Amino acid sequence: MAFTATINGKKNSIDVDPETPLLWVLRDELKLTGTKFGCGAALCGACTVHLDGEAVRSCQIQARDVEGRDVTTIEGFTADASTTPVAKAVQAAWIKLDVAQCGYCQPGQIMSAVGLLTQIPKPTDDDIDKAMDGNVCRCATYHRIRAAIHEAAKAI
Amino acid sequence: MGRHRNFLTVLPFAIAAVVIGIGVIASAQAPLDRNLLIADANAADEKIAPAKASQLFSPVAAVLRHPRCMNCHPRDDRPRQGDDRHPHLQNIVRGDDNLGFVNGRCTACHRDENSQHSGVPGAPTWHLAPLSMGWQGLGDAELCSTLIDKEKNGGKDIAALVEHMAKDPLVLWGWTPGGDRTPVSTPHPQFVKELTAWADAGAPCPTAAK
Repeated sequence: MAFTATINGKKNSIDVDPETPLLWVLRDELKLTGTKFGCGAALCGACTVHLDGEAVRSCQIQARDVEGRDVTTIEGFTADASTTPVAKAVQAAWIKLDVAQCGYCQPGQIMSAVGLLTQIPKPTDDDIDKAMDGNVCRCATYHRIRAAIHEAAKAI
Repeated sequence: MGRHRNFLTVLPFAIAAVVIGIGVIASAQAPLDRNLLIADANAADEKIAPAKASQLFSPVAAVLRHPRCMNCHPRDDRPRQGDDRHPHLQNIVRGDDNLGFVNGRCTACHRDENSQHSGVPGAPTWHLAPLSMGWQGLGDAELCSTLIDKEKNGGKDIAALVEHMAKDPLVLWGWTPGGDRTPVSTPHPQFVKELTAWADAGAPCPTAAK
């Protein structure tokens, strides 16, 4: 069954089983492998993408759920003009503070950080705790993530 | 032997005399006893009737306390999970609209139905009940008064409450939660019957224990 969705600003027609998780549509069908598989059970946040601007777990969203909707993945945060100021600020802060260690969870961390700063431009530590708690980092880069979010907030 | 024979001859008469005596006494007191019994019965009815009415809420309360219902009716900002009612993983919190905080929105994971891939539960309008409808830890009396208080229950009258618990797909999910989740133990038709009986009696609430 074919579904139409706008992914990173581009309209895509995807012919998959309606129950296929969005994660596998992105990775297997569209070759957008920046979005990572972590647990497949909405526990780790590695697969976080934006659906109509809101952070969701792509391992839980089914293909049929994205019909006619906007999906943004980490690949959507390019260096060109289409990237939002918030995403640009996050990218700059992540690079400046050298946040990533192994990097596997970072696409999800960045998607959540952008989601947070889009809605709360000047988040408190408590806001960060609440908004980022669903993103697990095996390397424990949490302190740098927090610092980078505050750093990005300064630029927004 | 002769004395024994005399005793055995007299014994039936003695017993008869005692029985007749008791009967005479009992019959003399019978009208008074009957009146007392009727009076007691009336008094008992007056005491039992309200108790019975309030007891109508007990089976309703038992269902409301089931983890499938109670986990989304906390009295704090943390939804619960599992039969042990542990706080929702990922530090999920209520948010301003009872749909979760930024990035941790209910809809980030919960869909209109259970996920066959991951087992994450889902039903239409998955959300946390407002704080005013928090039930955890409440006794029957407080649970009942909270339930029927329009200021707390989103303006629902009794009929609307019955409708909500009889037909809302999110409520009905509690009876077919899927996976290894324990369904509400009272069968739904029986629950609706008990709920309706309570509602038809005027939705009486139990008196708070002193």
